[in-house]
Amino acid sequence: MTIEKSESLPVRSGSEVVAVRHLVRRFAVDLGLSLVEQTKIVTAASELARNMVDYGGGGTMRAEALIEGARRGLRLVFDDQGPGIPDLDAALRDGFTTGNGMGLGLGGAKRLSNEFHIRTGPGEGTTVTIVRWKGGS
Amino acid sequence: MERIPILKMARFLLVSIQVDMDDRTALMLQDDLTTQIVKHRARGVLIDISSLDVVDSFIGRMLANTAAMARILDAETVVVGMQPSVAITLVELGLSLTGVRSALNVERGMELLHSIVDTPVESGPDDDREE
Repeated sequence: MTIEKSESLPVRSGSEVVAVRHLVRRFAVDLGLSLVEQTKIVTAASELARNMVDYGGGGTMRAEALIEGARRGLRLVFDDQGPGIPDLDAALRDGFTTGNGMGLGLGGAKRLSNEFHIRTGPGEGTTVTIVRWKGGS
Repeated sequence: MERIPILKMARFLLVSIQVDMDDRTALMLQDDLTTQIVKHRARGVLIDISSLDVVDSFIGRMLANTAAMARILDAETVVVGMQPSVAITLVELGLSLTGVRSALNVERGMELLHSIVDTPVESGPDDDREE
């Protein structure tokens, strides 16, 4: 797998969540993702970026344009040094929230992605990686 | 910070969201709408989201909350112009926007508001009537 290009953004505030949406949209358009695919990954990115601001004390997002054989995709890595997620299973369930959100962030982002990986632990921060492949339904 | 303008037209309030809102802007719009409903005694609110290419859970919640608050204040809310890709994504995200009325475009939305507001309340069978 080759990373064709990559860009990072700090995510510490609501306006930077908007900047994440714009960066992800630009990458998705450049990769030739369909409009629905673009909308899904931009929405997933918005949820994960907001999670970092609200629960992770802010962090960074890195976007990577991937080439793997004939297929192309967009990988997003959200990394924060926050308190981590103590109960990951609960956090992935819809309706679970410790803040004032709707509790759709993590589970929703997972459903909107073709691949979803999370590494977290108390005091270890949280890293969420999602991939959306072109034509990946 | 940006502020979304609210237009008053007869008994209705009209909003067209033309910018990619951050969370604070969305919350401010929710507060402004609620205040203006009372101030103008509005009976309906029309929110045009045709320019939005993303509606995430926060903006979705703002729309649902606005509709709920408006209803308590005796006003109906109609969201119009949602892009198909946004609708597909919202459903997959898990957001059903319960309680939010929707219409295809501004014209249909205005028709819907008029039909709701102009329908006379039916009197119950126990009502006293003068013969």
